[in-house]
Amino acid sequence: MNPVLELRNVGKAYRRYPNARARLIETVAPWLGKRHETVWVLRNVSLAVRRGESVGIVGHNGAGKSTLLKLITGTAKATEGSIQASGRIAAILELGMGFHPEFTGRQNASMSGQLLGLSIKEVSEAMPAVEAFAEIGAYFDQPLRVYSSGMQVRLAFSIATAVRPDVLIVDEALAVGDAYFQHKCTARMRSFRDQGTTMLLVSHDPTAVKSLCDRAVLLDHGRVIKDDAPDRVLDYYNAIIARREAEYRIREVEAREGSSRSIRSGDGLATIDSVDLLDANGQSTRALRSNAPARLRIGFAVRSPLPSMTVGFLIRDRLGNDVFGTNTHHLHGAPHPLEGGRRFECEFDIGRMSLGTGSYSIAIALHQSDSHVASNHDWWEHALVFEVLPDDEAYRVGVVNLPVRSAGIVVAGEGALR
Amino acid sequence: MLQALWRYRGFVAASVAREFQVRSRGSALGFVWNLIGPIGNVVVFTIIFAQVMRARLPGVGDIFGYGIFLCSGVFAWGLFVEIVQRGVGMFIEHGNLLKKASFPKSSLPLIVVLSALVNFAVAFGVFMVFLVVTGRFPGWVALSAIPVIALLVVFATGLATFLGTLNVYSRDVGQAVTILMQFWFWLTPIVYPIAAVPDFVRDGFAFNPMAPIVVALQRIFVEGLAPRWESLVLPILAAAVALLAGAMTFRANADDIADEL
Repeated sequence: MNPVLELRNVGKAYRRYPNARARLIETVAPWLGKRHETVWVLRNVSLAVRRGESVGIVGHNGAGKSTLLKLITGTAKATEGSIQASGRIAAILELGMGFHPEFTGRQNASMSGQLLGLSIKEVSEAMPAVEAFAEIGAYFDQPLRVYSSGMQVRLAFSIATAVRPDVLIVDEALAVGDAYFQHKCTARMRSFRDQGTTMLLVSHDPTAVKSLCDRAVLLDHGRVIKDDAPDRVLDYYNAIIARREAEYRIREVEAREGSSRSIRSGDGLATIDSVDLLDANGQSTRALRSNAPARLRIGFAVRSPLPSMTVGFLIRDRLGNDVFGTNTHHLHGAPHPLEGGRRFECEFDIGRMSLGTGSYSIAIALHQSDSHVASNHDWWEHALVFEVLPDDEAYRVGVVNLPVRSAGIVVAGEGALR
Repeated sequence: MLQALWRYRGFVAASVAREFQVRSRGSALGFVWNLIGPIGNVVVFTIIFAQVMRARLPGVGDIFGYGIFLCSGVFAWGLFVEIVQRGVGMFIEHGNLLKKASFPKSSLPLIVVLSALVNFAVAFGVFMVFLVVTGRFPGWVALSAIPVIALLVVFATGLATFLGTLNVYSRDVGQAVTILMQFWFWLTPIVYPIAAVPDFVRDGFAFNPMAPIVVALQRIFVEGLAPRWESLVLPILAAAVALLAGAMTFRANADDIADEL
């Protein structure tokens, strides 16, 4: 089947000027020579997307994801290579484009729809559906300035997806609104996909990419480094995150020589060298399926002899709430006297990572006896960040994954209700 | 380009309407304020200025003469300034839209010109009513103002597109234009008749494309005579050059504009 969207060796370069004067001189007198530096943000990107396929685009901030979407949408022009697309492209690069606070939801929806390339007729035909989908009631005919931000998002998404496009491009617009509306948005995108809309989705949310996309593309430094099934690409991506984190840790340690930092505190009698999360095969990982086996390995150095060393960890959710924490003192009971001038390692077998899906961070502490309050050697906040991905079990919400079973719904008591 | 503009006509129309509505939103008198401004101008020009200045201006007769003279020039100049000033800032003002939404960029100059024309139509409408009420309406010859205004709009649009595009690359353009427009106003025979200035200044008007346009309008409404068409050669040439320069600069840079914002 012919691709709906085809990119061949696409590249995008921006000009970077040292200052405004250099830009002025080059604009008015280009013959005086080049005063800018060319910065390539995308290079040699080739991609073919079939009808009805949905592709997730993942990568770090600055990897070129948004630029790629802009090139496909047409708001920016590729410096080299070719882009071919067929059908109507709708892009949600930002929700609420063209909104004005003084106008009503209806007026703004009409404006925004036309900005997306819909005709006046299409907009007016879609208006009842927009109103129904947004579910903002009488506010639909009130000026936008009295809306809550959630209502604005509802309105914006409703109009942006009012008419099914041939290609839908979404840039991280999903992480908006309350859970109910998010669910509704996801359902609508899924139904578009089933009706043959090709989707391109930029997201930092692995769950969204996994559940909505058939394929994922990993961009790094403006290049496609992996194009495969979402599972494999996300694993690969997590491996990169792990590598980056290791590099970051080295820099952190270097930085510590010079200055004090808030996320790391302690007297330095013992210091944490490394923190790693391991999967069932003993491989370093930063993304696990819920309920998958996991181990936490902590390496540290002890400068002088310590009478009763304790190693502890604390898992927090993305909002900073404590989810789970323990330490060797409580697990072991007996004090651990350690000799100085040596390196040690401590491993926690977490058993199953019975957490709900989402992002978590781990803080590591080295201290004396049962709590870090007494004598704190090294406390490392956000030592490691990891992601829990959904398992194949039923849908659940929350930060824990309880082993819930049910035999379903059965009739209770005798007879019917009166 | 025209095809794309036609497809987005609804957006252009809605944007123009919005510019107009934004000002009257939330005020009890609403649209009336759009009339009060020009009415105020006419009153100030005829009653106050005319009383103070009349004696010193040769060729301007009765009590309303100077007011009509002023209105002809000031309203036309207002249209010119609005298109140029708004045009210079249009790409920057809508920078976020240009970066995030895919629509024809040429709709921005169109929106600027159309909304300036709406404002001008209201002001000029008030002026026409004033002329009729005071019995000074020149009759059919007033229609000859239409090609003159059209010429002014073309010239202003060309300048606006040219300067607006340059302004994206160097914000100094916008700053300079604001100041230059002030000089230009006083170097154009709007508040003083061309006959009132020394010869060397009058020779200078030969290089000012706005001078013949303003003079033509004053001739229509003050004297009730059709413009001397041959005097409009300079503005026609200037408009053609400005439009060409604007279109070429815009076309050459249209793809880069979003990158530079």
